[in-house]
Amino acid sequence: MSFKRLWSILKARNREFFRDRSAFGWNFLFPFLLVAGFGIIFGGKSYTEYKIGVFPSGAEQVSIERLNIPQRFKKMNYLKFIGFPDAVQGLEKLKHHRIDFLLKVGNEPHQYWVSDASPKGYVVEQMFKASLISPEGEPNAEKKEIQGMAIRYIDWLFPGILAMNMMFSALWGVGYVVVRYRKNGVLKRLKATPLTAFEYITAQAISRIFLLMFTLVIVWTGCDLIFSFKVQGSYIDLFVIFLLGSLSLTALGLVLASRGTSEEFTTGILNFISWPMMFLSEVWFSLEGAPGWVISSSKIFPLTHMLTAARKVMHDSASLIDVGPEIVILSAMTLGFLVLGAALFSWNK
Amino acid sequence: MEPILEVKNLIKKYNHVVAVDGVSFSLTRGVCFGLLGPNGAGKTTTIEVIEDVIPPTAGEIFYKGAPRTPSFREEVGIQFQSTALLNLLTVRETLETFKSFFTKTATVDELVKICQLAEFLDQYNDRISGGQRQRFLLALALINRPELLFLDEPSTGLDPQARRNLWDLIRKIKAEGKTIILTTHYMEEAQYLCDEVAIMDYGKIIARGTPEDLIRRYSRGVTVVLPRHRFPLQPDRFPLPVREVKETIEIKTDDVNQCMEQLISHGIDLSDITVRSPNLETVFLNLTGRKLRE
Repeated sequence: MSFKRLWSILKARNREFFRDRSAFGWNFLFPFLLVAGFGIIFGGKSYTEYKIGVFPSGAEQVSIERLNIPQRFKKMNYLKFIGFPDAVQGLEKLKHHRIDFLLKVGNEPHQYWVSDASPKGYVVEQMFKASLISPEGEPNAEKKEIQGMAIRYIDWLFPGILAMNMMFSALWGVGYVVVRYRKNGVLKRLKATPLTAFEYITAQAISRIFLLMFTLVIVWTGCDLIFSFKVQGSYIDLFVIFLLGSLSLTALGLVLASRGTSEEFTTGILNFISWPMMFLSEVWFSLEGAPGWVISSSKIFPLTHMLTAARKVMHDSASLIDVGPEIVILSAMTLGFLVLGAALFSWNK
Repeated sequence: MEPILEVKNLIKKYNHVVAVDGVSFSLTRGVCFGLLGPNGAGKTTTIEVIEDVIPPTAGEIFYKGAPRTPSFREEVGIQFQSTALLNLLTVRETLETFKSFFTKTATVDELVKICQLAEFLDQYNDRISGGQRQRFLLALALINRPELLFLDEPSTGLDPQARRNLWDLIRKIKAEGKTIILTTHYMEEAQYLCDEVAIMDYGKIIARGTPEDLIRRYSRGVTVVLPRHRFPLQPDRFPLPVREVKETIEIKTDDVNQCMEQLISHGIDLSDITVRSPNLETVFLNLTGRKLRE
């Protein structure tokens, strides 16, 4: 192996990436926009989860105080009230799940409509019924506060978004780019030189890992200035986990890049892998309580292990020893993907 | 003298398609050898197998008397028919990147001078003209001071002036004593550059020799061409075979003097006469019954 050759192909790849201004900018802007967007949606008091249609109402914007509906229902959180002139228009929206619940304004007995096919409708129905129970009738239950510092939703979501961005960047930045180079003959030209396949794919991997970590630091710093994330554990441990995660994702990208010349087919394969990985790795929502097979299948993705470890460090002050199992799995996956990628790699069409 | 390259009974099959069918030849140092043939004849496959870019199905290849080793790539220069290059790199950066792959190299300044790259050296790879690109690809092929140079259709797609420039450049490189294998479907190119030519068709070499030798062997005589309106006779009234081709008539003859005498004796005006010498195009036509670019 020649370090001179490796260094110069690495330099060439980095130049290509940094000079592609639009892709370069998007790489930083996209996770930042996502985090900012979710910060706005979930951070403010005005966040509403359920939409309640009320009729008859002269205007779509209704003044809740003046509505003749149960007082306690009005004061519940996460509800947005939308006015309709009559039942027909309200029912039309309910049927198409544009609203979750339809309520006729007026005194008791109240009239409401709800779609049996709507899980949100069911929740609102229960909320509505609960609002009708008099205070004396409330069940005997005592509310307890969560001990310690509360984890904001944005703190929980942020590592997920960063990891997801890493995944897309690793898989597409290596997989797609190498397949494109194979298709247009760049790889064939490189093959006609003493450059070896090992030197070439190592340079691709190092370049991508460097870019992933560089992006991570920039985006983290930028978002932290706005949202002040709370990291209970060590930043160095967190960095090590993201580094290991980016290694395994890049190695997976190399496996996908090892064969094939069709960009369309590669796009399909990349989507086939990245979408389930995004949904099953707890980027957006927890898999707590999901069927056993869903939880088991999520374990095949490196993203799951990277995120589990990162969240443990960030929220539970875990050390690298505490996340040992995740580190071992990520390392084994990296090694496995690298061996497979190198064995399958082909320069030619 | 020991040949620099020897190819013995080379075969390359893709499933049931035989792309190269038992090709053999050997090259002495310093020659420019042309593989000539129509598209799909197997020229590119032949040289890519020799370049060690694709594996052969059967056959042997010897470089300097021995099978090729990994150092073969250090010693040969390759220009592919169509090559994309690394994106968003300048010509200079690309040269420097490729230079770092080899042990023994030319300097960038030398290559700039030989291949006339100065005017676009700091432009991105994809922002240069067709002629500039071919000179740049040639510079990449020369970067390791190769003893053996492969050029796959080097002038395809170039305008006549750019083509002529490239030919002059290849002649200069040849004058330095390098051995060159080039593929082409331009007869003119083969005649201008090659010391030796092998004509390929359907994966086989069907004739081989110097261009002059091939013409002598496979295409005797000249073709006399006259505009139709200058030839008032019925073709069958003329003592030599006459062929009507669009607005002209063509007379093939081994004795041009006799043909001229006959034309004058029939009172034909020779003002617009053209006499066409045979070329490799005629050789190919005579060998295969087809035109080269059919």
